[in-house]
Amino acid sequence: MSSTLNKVDYVKKDLPPLLKKLAYGLTAVGLVLVILAYLTDHTRSAYNNVILLMFLISIGLGSLFLVAIEYLGGAVWSTPFRRIAEFLAAILLIVPIVAIPIYFNMHELYHWLHHEAVESDPVLKGKAAYLNIKFFTIRVVAFFAVWILFYYLITNNSKKQDTTGDPELTKRNIRLSAIFIPIFAITLTFTAIDWMMSLEAHWFSTMFGVYYFAGIFLGGITSVTFLLVYLNEKGNLVKGLVPDHYYSFGVFMFGFVNFWAYIAFSQYMLIWYANLPEETIWFIHRWEGSWVAVSLAIIFIHFVIPFFVMVSQGSKMNAPKLKFMAIWILIAHYIDLYWIVMPTFSPKGAVFGWIEFGFLVLGLGLVLLVFVLKAKNNNLVPIGDPKLQRGIDFRL
Amino acid sequence: MSEKILYSYSALFDTPDKIIHAAKTVAEKGFKKFDVNTPYPVHGMDKAMKLTKSKIGWVTLVFGLTGTLTAVTMMGWMMAVDYPIVIGGKPYFGLPGFGPIMFELSVLFGAVITVVALLMFFLKLPNNSHPVHDTEYMKNVSSDKYGILIEATDPKFNKNEVEALFQELGAEKILPIYFDEEEISFKPKIFDKKFIGFLVIVAAITSLSVYGTMNKVLYMIPFSWMSEQGKSIPQETSKVFKNGSDMLPPVKGTVARGYLPYRFKGQPDKAAELLVNPLLPTEENLALGKTKFNIYCSPCHGYLADGKSRLNGNFPAPPTLHSNKVRNWTDGRIYHVIMEGQNVMPSYAHQLSEKERWAVINYIRVLQRSFNAKESDLL
Ligand code: HEC
Repeated sequence: MSSTLNKVDYVKKDLPPLLKKLAYGLTAVGLVLVILAYLTDHTRSAYNNVILLMFLISIGLGSLFLVAIEYLGGAVWSTPFRRIAEFLAAILLIVPIVAIPIYFNMHELYHWLHHEAVESDPVLKGKAAYLNIKFFTIRVVAFFAVWILFYYLITNNSKKQDTTGDPELTKRNIRLSAIFIPIFAITLTFTAIDWMMSLEAHWFSTMFGVYYFAGIFLGGITSVTFLLVYLNEKGNLVKGLVPDHYYSFGVFMFGFVNFWAYIAFSQYMLIWYANLPEETIWFIHRWEGSWVAVSLAIIFIHFVIPFFVMVSQGSKMNAPKLKFMAIWILIAHYIDLYWIVMPTFSPKGAVFGWIEFGFLVLGLGLVLLVFVLKAKNNNLVPIGDPKLQRGIDFRL
Repeated sequence: MSEKILYSYSALFDTPDKIIHAAKTVAEKGFKKFDVNTPYPVHGMDKAMKLTKSKIGWVTLVFGLTGTLTAVTMMGWMMAVDYPIVIGGKPYFGLPGFGPIMFELSVLFGAVITVVALLMFFLKLPNNSHPVHDTEYMKNVSSDKYGILIEATDPKFNKNEVEALFQELGAEKILPIYFDEEEISFKPKIFDKKFIGFLVIVAAITSLSVYGTMNKVLYMIPFSWMSEQGKSIPQETSKVFKNGSDMLPPVKGTVARGYLPYRFKGQPDKAAELLVNPLLPTEENLALGKTKFNIYCSPCHGYLADGKSRLNGNFPAPPTLHSNKVRNWTDGRIYHVIMEGQNVMPSYAHQLSEKERWAVINYIRVLQRSFNAKESDLL
């Protein structure tokens, strides 16, 4: 093992201008739309803000999780692309800012904040020890802090390695990842419960945390996959990366589309079978009016279509297909979050207008913006990583 | 020993890089019938050898979907057509409930049939051992060498050219591989007697042991809702008592409730003296007596107990019960006649319960009184 820098063929290039334009453009348009949205209908906007928040957490936390499992699993094939996930994990830095507008509209969103309602409701009273604004705030702040802490610890080590090439830093990150993953599991579960499940405070599902985990993983893997394929085509990454490298990203996307379907179905089937009123109500809300169409469409958009497109080995290495499906599944994840959150706002039927559109635009814009800003002053490839050369040489 | 035939030329290499290079060159030269053997899977080999993608995935897909379909039709047939039962208020055709079974059968069909197809068609079972396995070449490539071989039947094959090519590629060792005719023929062994015999024996042992385990050793009733009841069945030995029955004959002298044996068998006088009618002639008791008399006694004795029966001489007509003799009999004496019968009149002990007997007697008394009414009764 050499501790000296790899002799890889990497020259830092400017990002493709299209990416930059998109990053600034989408963010600007999104921001304007979102501000207008808050001025016209702040309740509806707050619901959309929850979707946006969960969407950004999905991508940010999912990317950090990808970095962690690479270290923990000793993966080599993904090392040339790890920077992309590291940059995307920086979204965790802006997540608290996105949460602030929600905080000012909490009362409209969360029934369990209504004192008089809780007093006359034995179920809510029983949950009051957990669902109260003080504890909620503590949890939210603590989780954000922990994520950001691990983001800094792990990415700083990785960045330092660019200049020193010290394998000790890899070992340190392995240890950090081992600590991070259980924390990740717990925090993501309670994040899902706090922001989304508690929208319908009577309802509960023990699978909800895992359900959101499936979404988080997809959020991370699709964003990373799209960017890495795109940037590799544009020559921004190191030389010598071939479709063989894409394969496992395709596998992950395919696998977690299935995992999502598995969890979503399990959650639905158990509730359907047990038929307990306090559990079925959630699905009944999503079966009312035009929500039926959304519920059924999600099965196809989020599972059936990606399954058949991605099932063959070839399509997991096919660059255009991968880019397309990455965006497709990312949007499917956004629709999934929309389907979880919005029925509480409009129980009679689905609503989709410029407000929803604005938040989606802002979400995509922010993801790109964070990436572009991070990529400005950093190498897009971890050139000091001792695994890099082996990663580049990887073939199926 | 018959003459050996050249099967292939093989070359051994030292490093994975060299074998990849060799495979690439051989493939580019247009050879089709060649293979590479390495001690472990070498990444990038498929592409170097220009292998086309394996078709086995299609087998999995087709049979996996067959499994899904089988599950839907099976469950739909059983739950909605053949034996519809309402379970938890769900529809008969409750698709979400079928989900796990659909999933399981897809995996089962897909996986099992993929393995079977691999063995049968891709590995050409039962020709499971290729003669190359018994060569020096194979010994080398399964320990520390990387080998390539080109079959002599390849249209481009030429002994000298291939040897030169291997040398050029930097082969460490070049080995020709010879087989005798028998070995090289690769006759399919499907109809080989030994193989068929083997299949039959395996099938027999498997079926017998499965049958024995599932039906004899481990037999479990799928549902015991109704077939398993805590009752004994006639003609079956039971484990309740030692003698194989599950009910013992009653202890000697045991008497069923309401069926006390008659104490005055053959003793009319004692009965007349000691038996006392316990029933009062209440309206209720008389109504009971009338019903029972009309059913059991009137066919012979007539509705009025005057001996005008409906038997039309087919049976000796009984005497009237309004005779002084019977009128003067105690209730106990009449009771005795009901219990034991009298001459041609049979016993009615089995048709009437004790209470009913006394009720009938009360009714007879009413009839007797109506035939011999006093002045005062007419008021
Ligand atoms: C099968 C026809 C038949 C039926 C039914 C029948 N009896 Fe008789 N019963 C006779 C005959 C015949 C005699 C005369 C027997 C004899 O020769 O002593 C008789 C005799 C009697 C006598 C004695 C009369 C006497 O003068 O010695 C009494 C009391 C009597 N029956 C009561 C009853 C009562 C009470 C019933 C209804 C439970 C009944 N019988 C049903 C045929 C019948």
